[in-house]
Amino acid sequence: MSSNNNHADYWKANLKLMGLLLSIWFIVSYVCGILLVDQLNSIQFAGFKLGFWMAQQGSLYVFLILIWVYVKRMNTLDKKFDVEE
Amino acid sequence: MELKTLTIVVVVLSFALYIAIAIWSKAKSTGDFYVAGKGVNPVANGMATAADWMSAASFISMAGIIAFAGYDASVYLMGWTGGYVLLALLLAPYLRKFGKFTVPQFIGDRYYSKTARIVAVVCLIIISFTYVAGQMRGVGIVFSRFLEVEILTGLIIGMGIVFFYAVLGGMKGITYTQVAQYCVLIFAYMVPAIFISLQATGNPIPQMAFGSEMTGEGIYLLTKLDNVVQSLGFTAHTAGNKSTVDMFFITAALMVGTAGLPHVIVRFFTVPKVADARKSAFWALFFITILYTTAPAVGALGRMNLIETMQPGEVGSPTGNLAYEQKPNWFTTWEKTGLLTFDDKNGDGRIQYYNDKNEAFKATADSYGWKGNELKVDRDIMVLANPEIAQLPNWVIALIAAGGIAAALSTAAGLLLVISAAISHDLVKGIIAPDISEKKELMVGRIAAAFAILVAGYLGANPPGFVAQVVALAFGLAASSLFPAILMGIFSKKANKTGAIAGMVVGIVFTLGYIIYFKFMHLELNNADHWWFGISPEGIGTLGMILNFVVATVVSKVTAPPPAEIQKLVESIRVPKVIS
Repeated sequence: MSSNNNHADYWKANLKLMGLLLSIWFIVSYVCGILLVDQLNSIQFAGFKLGFWMAQQGSLYVFLILIWVYVKRMNTLDKKFDVEE
Repeated sequence: MELKTLTIVVVVLSFALYIAIAIWSKAKSTGDFYVAGKGVNPVANGMATAADWMSAASFISMAGIIAFAGYDASVYLMGWTGGYVLLALLLAPYLRKFGKFTVPQFIGDRYYSKTARIVAVVCLIIISFTYVAGQMRGVGIVFSRFLEVEILTGLIIGMGIVFFYAVLGGMKGITYTQVAQYCVLIFAYMVPAIFISLQATGNPIPQMAFGSEMTGEGIYLLTKLDNVVQSLGFTAHTAGNKSTVDMFFITAALMVGTAGLPHVIVRFFTVPKVADARKSAFWALFFITILYTTAPAVGALGRMNLIETMQPGEVGSPTGNLAYEQKPNWFTTWEKTGLLTFDDKNGDGRIQYYNDKNEAFKATADSYGWKGNELKVDRDIMVLANPEIAQLPNWVIALIAAGGIAAALSTAAGLLLVISAAISHDLVKGIIAPDISEKKELMVGRIAAAFAILVAGYLGANPPGFVAQVVALAFGLAASSLFPAILMGIFSKKANKTGAIAGMVVGIVFTLGYIIYFKFMHLELNNADHWWFGISPEGIGTLGMILNFVVATVVSKVTAPPPAEIQKLVESIRVPKVIS
């Protein structure tokens, strides 16, 4: 029974992490790259308009970071809850 | 060495490499054939996934699409990479834990139903065949353009190579050839990109050149490009024409579709552990992002190069346009292939390239004495002609041919394998003849792969008029059928057999119906005034997916819940550790 509780907690921690990362995923692409693109385009950095850069470059880099964080955090969670393969 | 000979040498060398790998990695068991014995290193698997994923369209067409569509093309950039976040977080680790061979097998087991498995097989075959036909066509086109052979000859050579390593090596052979193909294609893509970035801005890194000042001009590339294209009546490069709602729905359909494509999902079945599946997703996106963040820079630089060549002087001055007599060499080369065509509408012997579809710009164009756009440019030229425009050595041009063929072959092989696995493992072993021996199943798998190659080759040689359109729509079909069934199978213990089947059927029928209505039956109505909520057929898969979720949830609520052992199965796939 204790192992079942353990698994339930592991799953909860996983869902929480997932929710956080997917919110960022949504914000950088759909919000920054599409919904608010015109507003962000009024900000210029280097030779880019920010909204355009988010849509064609920035969101891609963030996606990569999100998966990296997920891999690292889940490896820690696997160890913590002793569910490593 | 002459360019053609050099190209043949480079392409033949790359083929020799693929064949050598296939012989070295021959499949000995069904486990080898379907999932490479589950022994692939996660970094190698990431590389193989990247090659599997990036098709002829990514390699040849994407930079060109971005060059001509500007900001609107962001849907492809975000859509085809954002899907990997969904794969890594929502699907890959759990499907790896489930630990079987195919996507329909997961659906059949999770929903304790042969019907569900068959529905999944049908969805998989519709999605994969539409996709593979476009790849075989791509192989034929690259051959015909660079080696000047008939498309059919190119197609047969390509089929021969895929036949050899897919039938012999199965997933194992495909995986290691894809690793080699990734190296070939990324090298071929980056070398010209680095050179043209350096020439235009002095910065060799394309991602940075994209935001740099033009050499000696003191103006940013994108600012200049926006000004120049607007002076010719086009929409600014950094602005778009698509409506916000359509951008939103297309991006979602491409992201979810990517996560639901069976040939991408099975790549995560090939690694040893659950943790490796997550790691693999990271490496896959890493290798894909190298090309996908370079493509917008290549697109913008290519568009700038093209316009500066056609419009060397002031816009509107009688001598501002390039005289046809003084056209550069690469212009002549690509005119021969029909990718560039010039039609001197106002008879002044000069090339006017501008947007003649823009009504507001018509009066200005008239005042310049322009009688319509005189230059037709195929979008593929942005990648294919890049090395020549940048005056790079011949070996770089030869590399582009090998890279394009590698991109098309690696994707085609991955698709053919999931089709053959669906037939031999899901239909024959799973339903028709469960008692079949492993040796016989392996045989059936090889025959199915051979058969699928012939069908794909036939479709590539005689493309039904709609192939090009349908490839992009395969994502909508995957998003609306397989993705919700897999996701609910993992995240909901209540989702049951009737719900999943009803959801998949409603999702794919709705999406297919909408696409057929606007793309084939009533092409004249295919515009924002007639679309539901302003959603184009490219984006409708998102609505299909929502419908699938709603139907599956409601039906699951009103019918009997899944049996206890299925709920246990769901619990076990959520945890990496094997519970005895």
